Amino acid sequence: MNASPAAVSGPAETASPRPAPQAWGRVRAGRRSADKILIIGCTAATALGAIVLGSILIMLIIEGIRGFSPALFTQVTPGPGSEGGGIANAILGSLVMTVLGIVVATPVGVLAGTYLAEYGRTSHLANLIRFLNDILLSAPSILIGLFVYTLMVRPMGGYSGWAGGVALAIIATPVIVRTTEDMLRLVPGPLREAGVALGAPYSIVIRNVTWRAAQSGIVTGVLLALARIAGETAPLLFTALNNNSWFNANLMGGVANLPVMIYQFALSPYENWRQLAWAGALLITVTILGLSIVARFILSGPKGR
Amino acid sequence: MVALSENVALAARPEVARRGPSPLGDRIFRFAALASALLVLLVLAGILASIAYGGWPAFQAFGPGFLVSSAWNVGREEYGALVAIIGTLVSALLALVIGVPISLGIAIYLTQLCPGWARRPVAMTIELLAAVPSIIYGMWGLFIFAPLFARFVQIPVSNVVEGLPIVGTLFYAQVPSGVGVLTAGIILAIMIVPFVASITRDMLDQIPTVLRESSYGIGCTTWEVVRYVLIPQASVSIIGAIMLGLGRALGETMAVTFVIGNANRLSASIFDPGSTIASRIANEFNEADGMQLNALMALGCILFVVTFIVLIIARLLVRRAKVA
Repeated sequence: MNASPAAVSGPAETASPRPAPQAWGRVRAGRRSADKILIIGCTAATALGAIVLGSILIMLIIEGIRGFSPALFTQVTPGPGSEGGGIANAILGSLVMTVLGIVVATPVGVLAGTYLAEYGRTSHLANLIRFLNDILLSAPSILIGLFVYTLMVRPMGGYSGWAGGVALAIIATPVIVRTTEDMLRLVPGPLREAGVALGAPYSIVIRNVTWRAAQSGIVTGVLLALARIAGETAPLLFTALNNNSWFNANLMGGVANLPVMIYQFALSPYENWRQLAWAGALLITVTILGLSIVARFILSGPKGR
Repeated sequence: MVALSENVALAARPEVARRGPSPLGDRIFRFAALASALLVLLVLAGILASIAYGGWPAFQAFGPGFLVSSAWNVGREEYGALVAIIGTLVSALLALVIGVPISLGIAIYLTQLCPGWARRPVAMTIELLAAVPSIIYGMWGLFIFAPLFARFVQIPVSNVVEGLPIVGTLFYAQVPSGVGVLTAGIILAIMIVPFVASITRDMLDQIPTVLRESSYGIGCTTWEVVRYVLIPQASVSIIGAIMLGLGRALGETMAVTFVIGNANRLSASIFDPGSTIASRIANEFNEADGMQLNALMALGCILFVVTFIVLIIARLLVRRAKVA
């Protein structure tokens, strides 16, 4: 037992004009300091997170902005030792594969999410798929690269943009499945009942009522998936690799892309390569952070929820 | 007459319903939804099958010894997973030791301490940390963090502990370049913080306000409310969130490849370079063929099994907590 605050202040009680107790006046010192340490620690942890994000952005802006020039968007990546160059081929390659990934992942993801929310619901199969989808959501992306390498690169006899697109689609799908299901579940049941009561088949109710009600949420999911795959490097390493020239129109052979270009150039001994890597890094980070912010604003806007 | 006309109308109604949109479209849509959902299952099975198939020759050639051998010699075709396995586990555990207190701090700050107007921007900042691509963390770690870490931590600490037993080996950097297993652990910690923090925050938000208010009402301090009321309430899902962070840390590739140093030797010091399963695959896969390729696939297989066990436990814990 510690000395109670009352006993400590006992003698003072005889004196009639007692100073008003402060906020912490009657709290034991140990409890007081534990509380102070908690508040300082938690605030410091949050500040640390903000400082890291700030320092990453400052680093990218300082190092990356120097590399910005018209040539960046018009010229292809330079070969080893050659001067100048841009990253136009990497930007276009990234765009092509990301769009390919999203175009494949969106219908599959939305339909699978619809199955979980509208048809399967609490059936064993739906529970299993939901569970495995959550696991696929945080599966190491390098393993997806190995899978697509075995599935496509080896049988097709070489790296290709198609394999890169498929790898990105596999990463994007679980994100879309998850958000679509969550958003469809927020749609109130009476809306569906009203649709069915009008005599519409269930598929029409889903397409014209529930999808429409959850529209902004589903779009958010697609944007988040886009942000997720735009910066993925590991799966592209074994599927699309890289290429210091324009890629073939049929997407066969190595396809230049920003993340792998950054990886290879940042660690290179050539000054102009490293400069291009920084410019690419700034470009890709700004794009991804912008996408994430837009996605969050759509979700929290007047139409969301 | 009235009754008769009503009978007629009732009989006519099913006719109208039957002339509605064909049930074929309905069935096709339902089938497409089911097929898409099954595709998720198929992909997961495909990942396991392809990696197991690719790694099988290595498992067959080296047997269980593959797991405990530290050899990795391309010339002599000798491969063992031990160095990569230890590097993966140590860097992931360091990430948890460093990252979990920070994540809990952020979650507590966001739910308990943060003034209302700042809550959204602060939460947004932390969530944006999760959106930064892994390769950018790698560049930040290598070009910004590692030099600072070498100068202000590795060199002073190495000077102090040199020659001491145990700590002298554990914290001694032979080449204080800033890269190493501990650097990888710190970068991984920063990367898992937003995930663990946001799940923990959601869980703390779900605890009924009445519990918190009544503990403040009997005179608890914020620390006591957090320690004796909130954390015990959310403990199961916090452990789930931590396991989810562990799953991410185990499989993280690009950031680790930048900062771990990619050395293939066992070292007792966490300041020394090492390698993880993912970083080794990223480094060697494109130049590998024959048995080296199989050995890398076998490494991938080990990573698959370990990560999936961790993730399954994580999801079970988080889910159970959500239902309860």
